[in-house]
Amino acid sequence: MAFPHRPDAPELPDFSMLKRLARDQLIYLLEQLPGKKDLFIEADLMSPLDRIANVSILKQHEVDKLYKVESKPALSSNEQLCFLVRPRIKNMRYIASLVNADKMAGRTRKYKVIFCPQKFHACEMVLEEEGVYGDVSCDEWAFSLLPLDVDLLSMELPEFFRDYFLEGDQRWINTVAQALHLLSTLYGPFPNCYGIGRCTKMSYELWRRLEEEEDGETKGRRPEIGHIFLLDRDVDFVTALCSQVVYEGLVDDTFRIKCGSVDFGPEVTSSDRSLKVLLNAEDKVFNEIRNEHFSNVFGFLSQKARNLQAQYDRRRGMDIKQMKNFVSQELKGLKQEHRLLSVHIGACESIMKKKTKQDFQELIKTEHALLEGFNIRESTSYIEEHIDRQVSPIESLRLMCLLSITENGLIPKDYRSLKTQYLQSYGPEHLLTFSNLRRAGLLTEQAPGDTLTAVESKVSKLVTDKAAGKITDAFSSLAKRSNFRAISKKLNLIPRVDGEYDLKVPRDMAYVFSGAYVPLSCRIIEQVLERRSWQGLDEVVRLLNCSELAFTDTTKEDKASSECLRLILVVFLGGCTFSEISALRFLGREKGYRFIFLTTAITNSARLMEAMSEVKA
Amino acid sequence: MFFSWQISSRLGFQLQRVKYWPTLNFNCSAFLVVREVRSSDCLSALPYIPLQLKESKRAVNSLRDFVDDEDDDDLERVSWSGEPVGSISWSIKETAGNSGSSQEGREQLKSRNSFSTYTQLPKPTSTYSLSSFFRGRTRPGSFQSLSDALSDAPAKSYAPELGRPKGEYRDYSNDWSPSDTVRRLRKGKVCSLERFRSLQDKLQLLEEAVSMHDGNVITAVLIFLKRTLSKEILFRELEVRQVALRHLIHFLKEIGDQKLLLDLFRFLDRTEELALSHYREHLNIQDPEKRKEFLKTCVGLPFSAEDSAHIQDHYTLLERQIIIEANDRHLESAGQTEIFRKHPRKASILNMPLVTTLFYSCFYHYTEAEIPDKQYVLTALAARAKLRAWHDVDALFTTKNWLGYTKKRAPIGFHRVVEILHKNSAPVQILQEYVNLVEDVDTKLNLATKFKCHDVVIDTCRDLKDRQQLLAYRSKVDKGSAEEEKIDAILNSSQIRWKN
Repeated sequence: MAFPHRPDAPELPDFSMLKRLARDQLIYLLEQLPGKKDLFIEADLMSPLDRIANVSILKQHEVDKLYKVESKPALSSNEQLCFLVRPRIKNMRYIASLVNADKMAGRTRKYKVIFCPQKFHACEMVLEEEGVYGDVSCDEWAFSLLPLDVDLLSMELPEFFRDYFLEGDQRWINTVAQALHLLSTLYGPFPNCYGIGRCTKMSYELWRRLEEEEDGETKGRRPEIGHIFLLDRDVDFVTALCSQVVYEGLVDDTFRIKCGSVDFGPEVTSSDRSLKVLLNAEDKVFNEIRNEHFSNVFGFLSQKARNLQAQYDRRRGMDIKQMKNFVSQELKGLKQEHRLLSVHIGACESIMKKKTKQDFQELIKTEHALLEGFNIRESTSYIEEHIDRQVSPIESLRLMCLLSITENGLIPKDYRSLKTQYLQSYGPEHLLTFSNLRRAGLLTEQAPGDTLTAVESKVSKLVTDKAAGKITDAFSSLAKRSNFRAISKKLNLIPRVDGEYDLKVPRDMAYVFSGAYVPLSCRIIEQVLERRSWQGLDEVVRLLNCSELAFTDTTKEDKASSECLRLILVVFLGGCTFSEISALRFLGREKGYRFIFLTTAITNSARLMEAMSEVKA
Repeated sequence: MFFSWQISSRLGFQLQRVKYWPTLNFNCSAFLVVREVRSSDCLSALPYIPLQLKESKRAVNSLRDFVDDEDDDDLERVSWSGEPVGSISWSIKETAGNSGSSQEGREQLKSRNSFSTYTQLPKPTSTYSLSSFFRGRTRPGSFQSLSDALSDAPAKSYAPELGRPKGEYRDYSNDWSPSDTVRRLRKGKVCSLERFRSLQDKLQLLEEAVSMHDGNVITAVLIFLKRTLSKEILFRELEVRQVALRHLIHFLKEIGDQKLLLDLFRFLDRTEELALSHYREHLNIQDPEKRKEFLKTCVGLPFSAEDSAHIQDHYTLLERQIIIEANDRHLESAGQTEIFRKHPRKASILNMPLVTTLFYSCFYHYTEAEIPDKQYVLTALAARAKLRAWHDVDALFTTKNWLGYTKKRAPIGFHRVVEILHKNSAPVQILQEYVNLVEDVDTKLNLATKFKCHDVVIDTCRDLKDRQQLLAYRSKVDKGSAEEEKIDAILNSSQIRWKN
């Protein structure tokens, strides 16, 4: 249970520095508007902000009242207003309407907008158009790295996924490059860099450019982290689309972990209160079960409960002095553990109840069949029935995407019939969702082989980008095939198992999916780290449609200690799942590495699907 | 709660599974199963799981008395007490609650504003001074001055430039090269683009931006180009610059410049995107009549053949829903119709998916509708079963062949029918009838056992000549019941050649 790290496992760098840095920057910015002020905070920024500062810190810097940025007129009577927002058009319109209302009323106030993590020119354009440019002062709070745990940094930018992978907007690439630059400034240069994917490549290039511009910053610094590995989410959609069965992933799928904490409702707490629980390595019980396959969790928790009982029982037969010791030293710890234990037992019960109700066993079976590529017809009719019974729309969509990617697109007949039934079950406006999924390459229709090639070549000629002098990826989803089956074979993603797969003593990363599938993303990382390059993986890279988008960049680094060479920073552009984190933590324990994760946001199948669905304006 | 309509809310996906639908519930005490090949060994381990869980829960609960006494003082430290006091989200709720500037409220807030360990921060007195962070680590004391910023020297600054807001830096020098300009734009500096007047200069600027990969800068240049170039020229140049084109499309979507967006799609001859983009607008129209009229304008748009049909269907659906809604609202308020009195509607039928509408119709107006077999049968079955209209259920599965014989057929399989009926608490006689129609003998036996259709179990065992199983089943029926008698009669019968 809860495999310990190898004794030679390297120490993790201290990321709490990032929190202090962000907090100090914020304080500095608040001081730029001296005097009492009201602070308007965007809803999405509240949880991240809560993790690095609190009200008393804001109060110390003369923040009077706090408001949420929402589409209601502000009630504030303060003479100075400060807005802490993401760079979004609708926020600009909100602020502009507020300023203009003041102007109409003949009122003058001071306004300051703090953009997090950076300002966009389009936002300034809106302020200009609305006639308030100059009335408001703008600043940037470069808070883009939030340590959610000792080994997990999140940029908390869920919109990254849709903006880049659906709309093709590269607005966050600079933010990523800046974040990487900050890391290399604080923790030394990375002697070995690997990456795969278009967004990865662009981010890497811009990062390099930043380093060159500010030459000398990192020179002479001892590297603390030996390797950095960047990858785009679209290199591996399959893993993100699977149902999660390790505890942390399951909790995320069931209750949604938000910014490292989760709200457990009354069904978990068995009281009328909800409970907000911080889930990280500090929670000793959680830390031991987070990476476990769910089937092991029960046994662990009951064992824990028994031990706890035994420890409490020791107090019988103690004399006064021993009792005093017990109360002053051990009781607190025991009580804490007791509380943690009952929360996680409650969560398990609730998960069991929900999953039993939704017939999880059938679902998992279908997913495994899709991954292995057998009984395609049966799986298709399972999905069909799912749709017809109006079971969760997200779930139905997810299964269709999984079918599409593993099969290189749906055959036209199935595509039409599933789409029609989907629209009838969940509403015709999902026509737009289907269009989005097709553009992102998540749900496509197989085209007869010959036509595709003809179209491809025609399109390629058409869209040759004169500027860049190379073919753009404008129609890439048309030309891109997922090739999952071939990749799976090449990388041995479906482990051949004789006899049973012991989930208690996992033999490979496949345990995060009940032994049925090794996450593609993690396998790629494993293979590249083993080779210290992409050598010998040409065919896989070609199948991934990344022929020119996989790179290795190694610098001779004498100062790199052997310890630092076993620390690896993995960067997921477009989000990573808890299952992937668990799988790599497992790999780390096996090989004596330690992984650090940097992601644009934590994701899962539901979040991916929601990002693709059409929202009303 | 009998059933409830939920209005499909803003996110299409928030349409929750309407509660009246019987989600099938299998007896899978545990769902975590490995692959098919291994399911057996997992299943055998499963019965223990709920037990373990219960046991541990009991253990933990039994400890509660001992622990509960001073629960509260500890809560803050472990911070599970919902929104921690002093957290920012908590405080915002507080402001919203007070909304005015009640002095009392604020005092209260102040006093409760303890430092919460929720954020797990060290005390604010950090060992790092502000300035030590704003400096480059390897450049002690190099505060960035105004002149530094203007000369664009590569001074390291983690903080926004000290001293004054960015807006105050003016672009004094007017001869930045395209690459310098783009670099300044990337750093978020105000930078005039007015000197790029020739088309060639503008395009060079754009290319420079694209080659740097920063989408924010690409958009900044596009805003300038949009303002200073005619539509036709802008579109023509972007057609061969796909990266930039995608940024313009996204930008137009975001600021809601629908007109220019449609012009652009028209120019590019992307007819499908044009049609979809137009259709998307219906989501912003709340009034059902107006929405219907808008959908009518979408019908002729250049969708793919397949999508054209969907759009037509969408229009027809809303059209009918408007009629049904007006009619039923009237019926309901008149209070004369029994079904509406017994089962009042929970929400309007407007903008519901087709299947939901069908359910509604099967429920309140049981009439036929055009819909694929399976989808129809599943929906109609659930609706009629809920109303315990067993005759209609029967009719759903009865087909006549050309000789006039009736035959039972279910496109969804009778095992599903049984599950759905059971969910709707159909009586055993009804269940029995359909269990008997399940073709696969093992499935039939399982279902019959599960739903206590004794006759079916007994008859099936007899037909299988499985004496052992019948004996085993005897222990499960009530002593002295008719079932027991029936089993005994069969066991004692000399007519049967038992296989075991």
